[in-house]
Amino acid sequence: MTQAIKEKVRTFIIENFLFGDTSYDLADTASMIENDIIDSTGVLELVAFIEDQFGIAMADADIVPANLDSLARISAFIAAKAVPVTA
Amino acid sequence: MCGFSGYFGSIRDGRALLESMTAAIAHRGPDEQGIFIAPEAGLGHVRLSIVGLGDGQQPMSDASGELTIAFNGEIFNYVELRDELRAKGRRFRTSSDTEVILHLYDEMGEECVSLLNGDFAFAIWDARRRRMMLARDRMGVRPLFYTAYGGTFYFASEVKALLQVPGVSAEIDPIALDQIFTLWAPIAPRTPFRNILELEPAHLMTVDQHGVTTRPYWQLQYPDRDQPPVYVDEGSAAEELRALLTDATRIRMRADVPVGAYLSGGLDSSIVSALAAGMTPQRLRTFSVTFDSAEHDESAFQLEMAAALGTQHSAIACRTGDIAKSFPDVIRFTERPIIRTAPAPLYQLSGLVREAGLKVVLTGEGADEVFAGYDIFKEARVRRFCGRQPGSHIRPHLFRKLYPYLPGLKQQSPEYLAAFFGAGDAPLDDLLFSHRPRLKGTAATKLFFSGDLRAQLKDYDAADELIGRLPQDFGRWHPLHQAQYLESRFLLPGYILSSQGDRMAMAHGIEGRFPFLDHRLVEFAAKLPPEMKLKGLTEKHILREATKDLLPAVIGKRVKQPYRAPDSHSFSGPGELDYVRGALSEDAVAEGGLFNVRAVTKLYEKCRARPASGFRDNAAFVGILSTQLWLQTFTGAGIGKAEAA
Repeated sequence: MTQAIKEKVRTFIIENFLFGDTSYDLADTASMIENDIIDSTGVLELVAFIEDQFGIAMADADIVPANLDSLARISAFIAAKAVPVTA
Repeated sequence: MCGFSGYFGSIRDGRALLESMTAAIAHRGPDEQGIFIAPEAGLGHVRLSIVGLGDGQQPMSDASGELTIAFNGEIFNYVELRDELRAKGRRFRTSSDTEVILHLYDEMGEECVSLLNGDFAFAIWDARRRRMMLARDRMGVRPLFYTAYGGTFYFASEVKALLQVPGVSAEIDPIALDQIFTLWAPIAPRTPFRNILELEPAHLMTVDQHGVTTRPYWQLQYPDRDQPPVYVDEGSAAEELRALLTDATRIRMRADVPVGAYLSGGLDSSIVSALAAGMTPQRLRTFSVTFDSAEHDESAFQLEMAAALGTQHSAIACRTGDIAKSFPDVIRFTERPIIRTAPAPLYQLSGLVREAGLKVVLTGEGADEVFAGYDIFKEARVRRFCGRQPGSHIRPHLFRKLYPYLPGLKQQSPEYLAAFFGAGDAPLDDLLFSHRPRLKGTAATKLFFSGDLRAQLKDYDAADELIGRLPQDFGRWHPLHQAQYLESRFLLPGYILSSQGDRMAMAHGIEGRFPFLDHRLVEFAAKLPPEMKLKGLTEKHILREATKDLLPAVIGKRVKQPYRAPDSHSFSGPGELDYVRGALSEDAVAEGGLFNVRAVTKLYEKCRARPASGFRDNAAFVGILSTQLWLQTFTGAGIGKAEAA
């Protein structure tokens, strides 16, 4: 599931923050702040995306770089927060 | 004020050329026009009559007929200089400040500029030496551009006059564009126009048959950080500041026409208006701009200040959509791409002043550079503290205090704020330490550059070039002074004074005057210890102390709210204009060749769907749109289907 989450987030980042620039080498662990991919408004856009697409209600305490500053961190955060689908 | 143009060299029909050059800048001087032709040189002038209404026509020659001047600006100490020259036996034929420059040049040659207190750019044709001398004021209030073509040297107050010269055409300079998308402004003498340069502030130039020589005649200088302070007593420093500021305002009230004032509601324009109101026997006229967005509007403070001073106040409302309507005109007058829309309301404001029948306004511009008012100075101080105290618990909370007026930051966690301001953090001895986050954030907009443009720029780094332009002793100055120098020497003339100051005012034939940029005040403030300017995180401390009796407490204690205007939001919505769609259409962007078509289309869609409020998206949107308009206006390229239809 994490791989599917990661690809969905990657697509969002490329479309929304890199404006379709697929040539950008978006490494899983690269900091989005240090690489100027995301600014202060971008964080809020990312939060809205996660809440909307994954049905997660994010608390203020969740919105920290430790959870959201790289593709790997975002994916892991979503995977941990997502409600497991049970039969 | 006014505008001028001219040449040195041999051309076929100098008069016709000067007529067309001066016609291109007629907005700078709607009152009179004049042309002077010599065998090897010519000068053209358009006049905004302010001093010596009846006898100050230009170009003006001296009694011998050998010296002729074309002059844009004002010499505020011309009365004192004229008295001194008269005492030496000089006889004056006019009441203008222009003639004072001619006499001074006759006495001292090019060194005359060192005695001038004013905002000026001028050209003197010296027939004795067969030499053209050009000069520009210390802080860069008045512009002066030049180019050479076919063996002739041309100059003018605005580039659009130079583009009248046959053979001189507009082509964008990729390096200048990179500088704008990094530093907000080109590094002078470079301009956005390839092969067209500007004379740097505080420089003079001589042009003769041997070539062109340029040199500075004044430099903004700060003391070494380990040098004993010149001022140790705050009370006496405040007293001296008040005296200097009062005199700077007094001599800027000199005019043969009424002088008004801009009143933004902030500290600086309120101080200037208060001083001016006390010096004029008439009721002072004040002018301001209001916004319909609470985030940008300061009308409550403007009205409070106007009421306290009893001024006759007029305001113009800048509503959503007004910025978009005037933006093509704004770019025609700024003559450069810009990454913020802030000049647009000032364009409207100068129109209001013109409608009110005034030609001259005082403004508070410059105080933030001179007395350390900008947030970037506080931010650098906090970042330095964090760099020295990485384990401090208060570190994240300090950043929240910095920008209380930015809604986007209010919602951020302290951890994110610390990360953002840490982003791009430089070693503490980095010469650009104070400006690194801004440079890095702005440079992120270059994501939209096309492959071709990136290939042309190769490894060019605007920040490196900026470092190469710093004075040798820069590294020995206090960090606050380093930051002040970067703002004062580069951003002030390159963006604030040109895009928001001279060009927006002169678009409507209005002269702005800047008491805070009086060079005596600038030199005094440079010598003040940093803690008298930025005390803790209180900006412009000494200025507040020196003027606290002038203002209502609510104004005097106001925390700096930088002048800003709505950005991409102005261009979207129901009133979206055809020209925006045209300029950002795939065809237009492809034709311009400067930006990635797909990326621009996505940005445009994003801004239309949900007006961007982040710095990068806003700056990129305004930067790209203004560059496309620049191309259309000056090269005819990048018009796009919507506009063409």
